[in-house]
Amino acid sequence: MSDHDVIVVGGGPAGVAAALALRAEGVGHVAIVDREPVLGGATRHCAHSPFGMREFGRVYLGAAYGRRLERDARAAGITVLTGHSVTGLGDDGTLSVAHPGGVGTLSADRVVLATGAREMPRSARMLPGDRPVGILTTGALQSYVAFHGLMPFRRPVILGSELVTLSAVLTCLTHGARPVAVLETGPVPLARAPLRWFPGVMGVPFRTGVGIVDIIGRDRVEAVRIRRGGQEEVLDCDGLLLTGRFTPEAALLWQAGHGVDRGSGGPLIDQTGRTANPRYFAAGNLLRPVETGGWAFREGRAIGRALAADLRRAPSAATTVPVAVEGPVKLVVPNIIRRGERPAAGFDRFQLRFLRPCKGTLALVIDGRPAHRLSGSWLPERRVLMPMPTAVCQADSIRFEFREDH
Amino acid sequence: MTRTTRTSAPHSCDVAVIGAGVVGCAVARRFALAGASVVVVERGADILSGASKANSAILHTGFDAPPGSLELDLVKAGREEYLSIHRDLGLSIVKTGALVCAWTDAEADGLAAIAGQGRENGIADLDVIDATAVRALMPGLAPEVRAAVEVRGEHVIDPWSAPLAYVTQALALGAKVWRGCELLSGRFDGDWLLDTSRGGLRAGAVINAAGLFGDDVDRRLGLAPDFTIRPRKGQFIVLDKAAARHVPKIVLPVPNEITKGVVICPTAFGNVLVGPTAEEQDDRTRATVETATLEMLRDHGGRLVPALRDIPVTAVYAGLRPGTEKKHYRVTARTESRAITLGGIRSTGLSAALGLAQHALRLFETFGMPLGPPAAIPPVTVPNLTEAEPRDWQRPDHGEIVCHCEMVTRREIEAALAGPLPPGDFGGLRRRTRAGMGRCQGFYCNARLAEMTRGRFRVPLAVEPEG
Repeated sequence: MSDHDVIVVGGGPAGVAAALALRAEGVGHVAIVDREPVLGGATRHCAHSPFGMREFGRVYLGAAYGRRLERDARAAGITVLTGHSVTGLGDDGTLSVAHPGGVGTLSADRVVLATGAREMPRSARMLPGDRPVGILTTGALQSYVAFHGLMPFRRPVILGSELVTLSAVLTCLTHGARPVAVLETGPVPLARAPLRWFPGVMGVPFRTGVGIVDIIGRDRVEAVRIRRGGQEEVLDCDGLLLTGRFTPEAALLWQAGHGVDRGSGGPLIDQTGRTANPRYFAAGNLLRPVETGGWAFREGRAIGRALAADLRRAPSAATTVPVAVEGPVKLVVPNIIRRGERPAAGFDRFQLRFLRPCKGTLALVIDGRPAHRLSGSWLPERRVLMPMPTAVCQADSIRFEFREDH
Repeated sequence: MTRTTRTSAPHSCDVAVIGAGVVGCAVARRFALAGASVVVVERGADILSGASKANSAILHTGFDAPPGSLELDLVKAGREEYLSIHRDLGLSIVKTGALVCAWTDAEADGLAAIAGQGRENGIADLDVIDATAVRALMPGLAPEVRAAVEVRGEHVIDPWSAPLAYVTQALALGAKVWRGCELLSGRFDGDWLLDTSRGGLRAGAVINAAGLFGDDVDRRLGLAPDFTIRPRKGQFIVLDKAAARHVPKIVLPVPNEITKGVVICPTAFGNVLVGPTAEEQDDRTRATVETATLEMLRDHGGRLVPALRDIPVTAVYAGLRPGTEKKHYRVTARTESRAITLGGIRSTGLSAALGLAQHALRLFETFGMPLGPPAAIPPVTVPNLTEAEPRDWQRPDHGEIVCHCEMVTRREIEAALAGPLPPGDFGGLRRRTRAGMGRCQGFYCNARLAEMTRGRFRVPLAVEPEG
């Protein structure tokens, strides 16, 4: 016997929304396990970003949103275990857990993994140069500011041009740091207008098509050497802030030998929100980097509802069909379909993303026949949605093809 | 009082050790145990600031060391001593064994000679095994593997806790470690009078374990160095712990000019590393990583063990080996000036350190300098950071987990900061605890570590407010 009906791993927007939905559907024993001391996940860091408008009808900033999540979770009768780290996933739903009192296990009929995403560090980006103090991600910078009232630098160079980059610039400017420049490696900024104009408006030079060819600094960052076209230039600075390039926090999946999808870096995930192991569900930014807190909340809620229905049955034994993508398509969610099962409340559409800016026609091909087409031009890190026809549930082959316009 | 200034009388000791790399730490321990009063002079902010901070963490058998060489003797002696003392010091060891893999017929033809040399070197526990046997031992290897020499006695260890344990034992016997202290010059007038950035130091004998600055330190001591350091850079990538299941053994190449000795190696911490490269350079301090080289290492790993292709990179690093114009160790004892130089310890320093320390003591004994009575071995243990033994997070009352990727507890960090040799910089804290060494590289814990280490490092993580 399991000691919980459902355990949710990760108390950010997706995890809490899933837990709340489960309780609303009448599921009895639901617990949220989070390794941090309070709920909220990534939103705890984000002092500038408004959260909650769509789910709560009002705006919360940073940690206040997490407090609202925690309050609602407790009010709904959900067991909240903060300061608990899940260290292993058993195939049968048994979780190994570490907490200040030691180690133990928890078990559940179903588990929802909602461990979110984080920015890729310098190492995984394989940036060249020295390895001094002062190279951080936005998430780390925001922790300095939000939790400790500290700053890691005064004159950083900022790399990236995603939505989070703007948050990084704002955090610097409001905490006494003056960014030297914002650099994007690609040809165009990744954030939408008018946000992409923001650094310039704030007096911070913004440059595209710039690669970092050297990080210089024996103890602390002293400069970065950049290349644009054939020209190299040295920018003096005291830090390098790496923004964006989110990657799912999928360590537990890797460790458990569960399927990890090459494209998304997250789990194999079916139309109901189940992973390769049908006892395990997943929701939120673990699925694909990276959506807003509001999107993650709605996704968690939908998967919580789908899971409530799934709990009334034995774990699915249906076979899975992969959803294949090609060429410049980076990822699709869901990326497997469990045969014979209708698209449930989990996902009503396919979410896709591109690796690079491109223009052309994207086609959903089911058993060799095009079922849906979408023409347009897309940038990386932008959500692309395609309908999920019921026919996918009977298909032997599902793939997305892309014909590029030249 | 250990601190001296230029105006006060110099501190005195029997033996001054220049350099607190793994060799200097082992020498300090050996001499302290032999009854010597020891001062270690280290230019860096912490021990292991030079060549010793970046290596492949293998405890070699010596099977491929040059036959009849001092290096072979000292690797074997060092390994033997490590195996006999590691448990008492709390140091882990993982007996992985190694496979020298042949990927072409030509390489396969050379395996018998490698095995033969290994046996000649006194390492009996090795065999040439065919492809089927290789794949049975390590199913993750690419199918192109032709054959291998299996060397069962190769181990991986924690390359930072081991020297920390050595030097901590020396400290417990009264040795001093002067960090952030540069040797400026020295003069022998029956005793050594050393001028350092921290003041004068009088020593009966000097042992130069300065690694990348070995020739420079000899020169500063007024000794004509008989070698020239030629730094050789090695870049590494460290793969996520998910890689460990695919790499149970150290995968060594058949030595040739193309692979330049790139190893695929499990670590005692549960990761897999791929490296090092071997790049000659003049600069003795700058060890940069280069994107193309890191990508080459990842591709190389993926070619030999295909499952590694998709596994995320956790960390990248580069180190400098103190190579010289010759391949062998450059050990010199100068009886007339009671100086020993342990130079050119280019790649087997971790394995040979304890052996080098024994050797240095033997050389010292020819100087005829009296020492105090040998000391009883002080009970010193260092915390286990490896996955071979239980970690602190598995025990109650650790406070909390601060670094989630490497499961480092608040209690461990506080203990390191309050230890007999607290870290002198952030790298030192990482090496003592593994905090920030995991897959997120500080996304979650860096700010917390900045707070916990405020006021402790010369180069702090957090900058002070302006104005």
